[in-house]
Amino acid sequence: MDTEGTFDEIRGHGTDAARPEFAALGEWIAETPASELERRQKAAEAAFRQLGITFAVYGEEEASERIIPFDIVPRIFTAPEWDRLSEGLVQRVEAINAFLADVYGARKIIADGVVPPELVLNNPQFQPALAGTQPPHGIFAHICGIDLVRTGPDEFFVLEDNARTPSGVSYMLENREAMLRLCPELFEMFPVRPVDVYPDLLHETLQSVAPRGSGLNPVCVVLTPGHFNSAFYEHSFLADQMGVELVEAADLHVDDDIVWMRTIEGPVRVDVIYRRIDDDYIDPLVFNPESVLGVPGLIAAYMAGNVTLVNAPGTGVADDKAIYSYMPEIVRYYSGSEAKLPNVETYRCREPQALRYTLDNLEKLVVKLVDGSGGYGMLVGPTASKAEIEAFRAALIAEPHRYIAQPTLALSTVPTLTESGVAPRHVDFRPFILSGGNGVQIVPGGLTRVALREGSLVVNSSQGGGTKDSMILTGPPSQSMGPGGLRQTMGGMSQSLGAGMSQTMRPLGGGLR
Amino acid sequence: MLSRTAASLYWVGRYVERAEFTARLIEATIRLDSLSPRPAGEGAWESALLVTAANHAFTLSGEERSPANVSRYLTLDHRNPSSIRACLDAARGNARAVRTALSREAWEAINRAWLGLRDRSFVSGGPGTLTLVETLKAEARGFEGAVHRMLRNEGSWFLMLGAAIERADNTARLIDVKYHLLLPEGEMVGGVIDRDQWTTILHTVSAVNAYRLLYRDGLRPAQVAEMLILRRELPRSLAASTDEVVNLLNLIGKRTGRQGEADRLARQRQNAMNRATIRNVIAGGMHEYLSAFIIENGRIDQAISQQFRFA
Amino acid sequence: MRLFIHHRTDYRYSEPQARIVQLLRLTPTSNEGQNIVDWRIDVDCNARLRGGQDGFGNETHMLYIDGPIDRLGLTVTGEVLTDDRAGMMSGAVEPLPPMLFLQTTPFTRTTPELVAVAERAKGGGGSQLSLAHRLNEAVADTIRFDEARRHGARDAASTLVEGHGVCQDVAHVLISVARAAGLPARYISGHRLTQGPGGTEQGATHAWAELYVADYGWIGFDPSCGRCPDDRYVRVAAALDFRGAAPFSGTRTGGGFEELEVGVRVGTSETVVQ
Repeated sequence: MDTEGTFDEIRGHGTDAARPEFAALGEWIAETPASELERRQKAAEAAFRQLGITFAVYGEEEASERIIPFDIVPRIFTAPEWDRLSEGLVQRVEAINAFLADVYGARKIIADGVVPPELVLNNPQFQPALAGTQPPHGIFAHICGIDLVRTGPDEFFVLEDNARTPSGVSYMLENREAMLRLCPELFEMFPVRPVDVYPDLLHETLQSVAPRGSGLNPVCVVLTPGHFNSAFYEHSFLADQMGVELVEAADLHVDDDIVWMRTIEGPVRVDVIYRRIDDDYIDPLVFNPESVLGVPGLIAAYMAGNVTLVNAPGTGVADDKAIYSYMPEIVRYYSGSEAKLPNVETYRCREPQALRYTLDNLEKLVVKLVDGSGGYGMLVGPTASKAEIEAFRAALIAEPHRYIAQPTLALSTVPTLTESGVAPRHVDFRPFILSGGNGVQIVPGGLTRVALREGSLVVNSSQGGGTKDSMILTGPPSQSMGPGGLRQTMGGMSQSLGAGMSQTMRPLGGGLR
Repeated sequence: MLSRTAASLYWVGRYVERAEFTARLIEATIRLDSLSPRPAGEGAWESALLVTAANHAFTLSGEERSPANVSRYLTLDHRNPSSIRACLDAARGNARAVRTALSREAWEAINRAWLGLRDRSFVSGGPGTLTLVETLKAEARGFEGAVHRMLRNEGSWFLMLGAAIERADNTARLIDVKYHLLLPEGEMVGGVIDRDQWTTILHTVSAVNAYRLLYRDGLRPAQVAEMLILRRELPRSLAASTDEVVNLLNLIGKRTGRQGEADRLARQRQNAMNRATIRNVIAGGMHEYLSAFIIENGRIDQAISQQFRFA
Repeated sequence: MRLFIHHRTDYRYSEPQARIVQLLRLTPTSNEGQNIVDWRIDVDCNARLRGGQDGFGNETHMLYIDGPIDRLGLTVTGEVLTDDRAGMMSGAVEPLPPMLFLQTTPFTRTTPELVAVAERAKGGGGSQLSLAHRLNEAVADTIRFDEARRHGARDAASTLVEGHGVCQDVAHVLISVARAAGLPARYISGHRLTQGPGGTEQGATHAWAELYVADYGWIGFDPSCGRCPDDRYVRVAAALDFRGAAPFSGTRTGGGFEELEVGVRVGTSETVVQ
């Protein structure tokens, strides 16, 4: 795709110089030899491999554990940018939870004609068996990952909501660890807000939604499908960081509508389950009876109010791509004001006019399955082959209600280390939003995914995407670290002497103020 | 602690110990092979198969009994559950499932060892094998160190418990095979081959120097046996492993407030060990003694898994 | 009519089970066509029963039993006063709007063949009510009802291909074609009086469907005999399909296999439950 007119988050619109607030980063990129960047990147990736931060690619042998490529050039948001984003995210996630409490409760939004009833009631993600059950504090989606894209300095759009079991937060944390170790000078240049409070906030959130009567120290666990799952590293990482047990279904059983875990000291009662298993598999009595990943009776315990499931079952009805197109209306309905974060313009192929437009413009549009994820079941018109386009045309005509279409946006780019030096690559951004008894909280950071292939817009890790650290700044960029001072600290130290040396050089940099 | 976590840690301990033991055994066998004239050198590999209880399975594999084949079978063959690779696969699988219960350092040691072996399909002869074994021993040492630097709680205790049970089993098998099956017929006890055999045993449990310190009067089979069975000073002796099992169960019991069949059996074995002398052992039949020990060890293993609800 | 129901379920396990957890949907609720006079569940071993209600408004019980256990017997006995309302359903708890019941499920997934059945019935024109009746008759005519007992259920598509099925299967076919014709439809499990006052021993509970007809509301149709439920029927649970309304959903821990024996007696005399 044409990168002409694309907004680069560091360099702005098509200039070689960096935006003034990121001048220091521009210098850093220019002054650090590509070979040095590459060395650090390799070091980070080697560390990830050693930690076992791997994922399995679907359709490949189980043995093929890969790491997600890591890019050493960070992405930076200024404090005002982040503040604006946060407001929009809080508003959106509050609306998502209000929507879920409503559709599993009084269904006012349907009665008021804001959302077509069939999109909720005939949505495969809507769980009628759970209707009428309200979890503690009425919160269903305790952990949301909102995927954002950007097209200009102030133009952010929500691409997708993830209200089921969003993953990727371990990359936010591990990428930061790697950057702190390998590029300490960047943290001298920029006042970066820390992200490592996330596990504590998550633990607080889990405890805050414990069932009533579970005492001062509710027992929280992370429920994983097991170590063959592609996101297992993250499950174990989060359990570890929170200091709670990482359990599999076989460790739990339900008796008398109460959940217990099997320990060497005997059964221990469980109050909150951060489950990383899809709805369909969590309880064979209510959902997929073939599931061996689930715990029989878990839903009964949930409905009896004896255990809190995080996220609650049935949240998929809120992040469905068909519902997505109504999010601006949903936000307005519950918050009483316009959505601060707009959607990407979306054609609902279930509507005849939208379908006609989509079919006429397939080569310009991105077409997505309403119930697909991970970049599967998706057509990127501008880069697709004729055959792919025709295959989608047939699929669209056969089942239009399963698809939505969106224009291909000129996604912003961020300088990224490539085989031919640092070059712009398209990115998206997934911040993680926590909702608990104490309100909504956002850790200043997130997962930046980058499409490593030149011109590619697909950032999914399963399709060759990588990740970057996402730095949120506390205030205006430090003026003292002008290009001059920087050049001196960066000139030769860190490249020839390595990261350890550049740390000892830090006081020198400070002395130049 | 979750029962499944305890079970996995226990098995991580066992598998890492077994991988390291197999590595040492291969190292010692290469040494013996190079010291001995054929066909005695081949006998060295045969005995290695016997010690790891892999002789029958190797026969079934239909491969020729060459040193290279046996060495590869013990090192890399997936079909051999005691091969270094199989042990590391199992150790890493268990470790991965309970990643949160291990320290980063301990996990990294296992993962590194596993990565080092993952893509190898062959080893280039004796020197290659020795390099591999050397690396592996270093990782195993690293792991052991990491375990000792972990929090002193159930986590590290179950790891050590698995290692102690496995070590007891390995050492018992080693003595049993070497003592009874390996003296070639017609060789004089105390002859050259015999001496090499005994030195090999000591190498396998890295106790060459220890022997010299404990016994000043040269290499004698009964003393080697005594050291490996009854001397508590030697960490790999049956007595030391027996003590360790009792102590670890004790620590876990204090923490959980529960004791059971495993504690009882382990203490019983310790009492019997306290009363034993090498003369009685030899008089009653070394093979019988060791077989009984191996069976008893298995019973303790079973009792542990029941007591802590591993299944 | 005063109906007495005796429903016994016996499990035998080839190996002792360590734990049994079951979700039971065995308890009917009153509506204008049926008034529950008395209803109880008895378990023949130490067990914990916890009552609840699911999103469809069904009464549920969770049954928890610790092993080791190698057999389990459950007895449901009840007394219900019924009225013949020609299938018309009202007065039940209806927490979900009719539109929900247009949702397809794996058991009721449509195929071109099922859609063809719906289209033929629609071709007759007329009111939704007559359409509903035609659909019920079409299914009753097309699918032969197997008296033979079988547990579990089959999906509508394969039942249509085979041309016969037990009551669960036939109900799935009617639900599937009704939804294809645009009528909300739901699966009902319950009991039916088949013979004289003492009732005969039946090998399974019964199942039929309810279709939502504009201006009338929910109406019961029993496609295994081509008529509407009357005062010989006791309605127990409703859901999108068999899976959501089945009398038992169970899991057990302990391996081996299980043998299941079910005996249902529905009669008009109290001797049924004695």
